[in-house]
Amino acid sequence: MRVLVTGLSTFWGGRVAQELERRPDVEVVVGVDTRDPRIALERTEFVRTDSSYSILARIVAATQVDTIVHSHLIVDSTRASSRTLHEINVIGTMSLLAAAGGSGSPVRKVVLKSSGFVYGASRSDPYFFREEMTRTSPPSTNVERSLLEVEAFLRDFADDSPHVNVTLLRFANVLGDDLDTPFALALRRPVVPEILGFDPRVQFVHEDDVVGALMYAANNDVPGVYNVAGDGNMPWSEVCTLVGKPRMPLSPWFTNLAAEPLRRLRLWDLPPEALQLLRFGRSLDNTRYQRAGFRYQYTNAGTVEAFARGLRLAKTIGDKHPAYRYEREVEDFFRHSPAVVRND
Amino acid sequence: MADRPRRPDISAVPPRDVDLAPADVAELDLVAEAEVLDRQGELVAVPRRERPAVRSTEPGRRSDVDAWGRSEHLRELTRRLYDPIYKHWFRVEWEHFDRLPTTGGALLVANHAGAIPPDAPAIMHGIETQLDRKVYGLAENLFRSLPVVGTLWARGGGVAAHPDNAYRLLHDEGQLVLVFPEGTKATGKRFTERYQLHRFGRGGFVEIAMRAGVPVIPIAVVGAEEAMPIVFKSSRVAKLLGLPYFPVTANMLMMGPLGLVGYLPSKFRLRVLPPVHFDVASDQERYSRSRVMDESERIRQTVQEALYDMLRTRRSVWFG
Repeated sequence: MRVLVTGLSTFWGGRVAQELERRPDVEVVVGVDTRDPRIALERTEFVRTDSSYSILARIVAATQVDTIVHSHLIVDSTRASSRTLHEINVIGTMSLLAAAGGSGSPVRKVVLKSSGFVYGASRSDPYFFREEMTRTSPPSTNVERSLLEVEAFLRDFADDSPHVNVTLLRFANVLGDDLDTPFALALRRPVVPEILGFDPRVQFVHEDDVVGALMYAANNDVPGVYNVAGDGNMPWSEVCTLVGKPRMPLSPWFTNLAAEPLRRLRLWDLPPEALQLLRFGRSLDNTRYQRAGFRYQYTNAGTVEAFARGLRLAKTIGDKHPAYRYEREVEDFFRHSPAVVRND
Repeated sequence: MADRPRRPDISAVPPRDVDLAPADVAELDLVAEAEVLDRQGELVAVPRRERPAVRSTEPGRRSDVDAWGRSEHLRELTRRLYDPIYKHWFRVEWEHFDRLPTTGGALLVANHAGAIPPDAPAIMHGIETQLDRKVYGLAENLFRSLPVVGTLWARGGGVAAHPDNAYRLLHDEGQLVLVFPEGTKATGKRFTERYQLHRFGRGGFVEIAMRAGVPVIPIAVVGAEEAMPIVFKSSRVAKLLGLPYFPVTANMLMMGPLGLVGYLPSKFRLRVLPPVHFDVASDQERYSRSRVMDESERIRQTVQEALYDMLRTRRSVWFG
C-alpha cells in the first residue's frame, strides 16, 4: 500500500500517518500540508504545498500512491478565514480529486473525513441522522456550505470512477485530550456556555475512534457514506456535570449576538454552527459503519468520561505536551543520509 | 436500549383479564419474590419492587435522560403531581383498557382537543400507571424551539413528530407511541366545532405503522373539548407570536391569566377501540398511497363514530 495523507500537520493527518508508519504492508507514506508537521514522524515523506494543492497531480504521478486519505478539511470556522476555508476545503478537494481521477491514475481508494455539520441542526430534524438523510434547513454557515460542496464533488467522483473505492466518513463532534475543537476548548474553560432553557442531547466521538475509523477505511474496502459517532447521546448539562464545570446561560434570543462579546474576550470561540448545536443538538445513527465491521473503543458516555479524566490530569500536572519542531535538514539527514545505519 | 427490569418469570403470570383466585395471587407473589440465577450463575433473591429504579444503568452516565430526552425520574415526579388531577379533577375513566398491548410496539391514535390539550397527559398517565409501560407522545416540533418548556416537554416524554423518530420508537424499541393525527387543526378549533374530527393529516401515521409492522390502536377521548374551550381566535396575534393559533378560551374569560393553566373540571372518558392490524409487509420502500389514505380515513371514521356513541350516552359534561 502506498498512501498519501493530506493535512499532515493537522491532528488527524499526523495521527493517521503515525498509524500507517507502524504497518509493515505500507510501503510509502507521503504527507502534504501547507504548514510543517507538528508531531514526530519516522518515515513519512513531507511535501509542502499551497493551500489549493496545485502540485498534487505531480505528486500522485511521481509517487504512484494507491490510497489517498483526505483528512484536511476544515470543520472549525474559528480556525480560518472564510477565504482560506474555501481554498482548503473546496478548491483543495477539487484538485485532489482531479489528481486522483486523471487518466492512468494509480489511485484505487479515497477516504474523506467530513463532519456531521453537513446535517445542520434545526428543530425539524430527526433525532438520529442516517447517512441517506439530508438536512432539513438550508446551510447557513461557510463551513456547512463548503462541506456540502465537497461531498457533492466526491459523489460525482465516485460516479465517474467506479474502479475507485470512495469512503466518506461523517464524524460527530470530537473530544480528546490532544485536540482543540470548539467544544473541547469550551469545556476546558472555567465556565461552560449553554443557551438558557435549552438542554439538547449532544453526541461526541473520541479522537482515537476518529483515527481508528480513518484507518479502518484505509485498510478495508468499505465504499460508501458512514456516520462515525459514539453510541448514545446525553444532555449538554450532563456533559458539563461529568466534566465538572458550571454553566453560564446565554440568551435564547439573539444568541449569536450575545456570544459575540465573549468571542472578543476569547472566553469561548463557539462558531455559529456550534451554537445551533447547543440549541437543538444532533445525534447520528452509527450502526452502518458497525455493520461494515468497524468497532468503536468508546461510547458517547465513555468519550465524555475519558475527556473528563484527561481534564483532571491536566489540572494537576498542567499541559505537558512535548513541543516538537519540524526541521527539514534534520529529518532529511536521518532519513536519507548514507551515514545513518538502518536495520532493514 | 436499557429496558425496565422485568419481573423474574413472565410465563407463570396468567393473562391480565383472568380473574385471580386468592391462591393464585399468593402464587404470583411467590413468583415475584422467587430466586433467579444472576449473571455469575448464583442464586440470588430478587426483592419485589413496586416501581423500577429510575436512575440510569448505562455506565458513565450521571442522569437518566434517554436517547429521546426523556427522564424517568422527571416522569415519575410528574406522575405524582398529576395523579390527583387525573383522579379527582378529570376523573378519568377508561373503557376496554385491556385492548392495549403489554408488550411490543403500538401506535396509539387519538382525537385531540382543548386550546392547551389536556388529552395527551391523561392518556400517557393512565397507561403508564396502569400498564407500567412508557408512552412517548409525538408532537409538533415547535416545542423543540421553546426555551424551558421544550426541555420539560422532552423530559416528560415528548418527541418531535418526525417519521423516523416514530419508526425507531415503534420498530427498533417496541415502545408505545401516542400521536394525534389531526395536529394543531384540532386543538385550535372553536368550541362550536367540538367533537368534529379534522382530516387525519396525510395518513402518515398509517404509513409509519405499516413500515414498523405495528398495529394502530385508536382511542376516543370525550371531555377534553370542554376542559379548555376556545371562544374565539386571533390569527393576527398568532402570526405575530409565531404560534399555530392564538386562542381566547372560556377559562381565560372566567379566570383571567390563570385560565392559561386552569382547566374546567370536565369528566374524561377514554375508549380504546379494537387494534387495527395492516396486512402488509413491514420495511417496504413505499406503500400504496390510496391504501394508506383509505386506512387513515377508516380509522378516523371509527374514532368519530365512537365519539358520537359516547356522546349519546353522556348525560353531563361535568359528571359523565
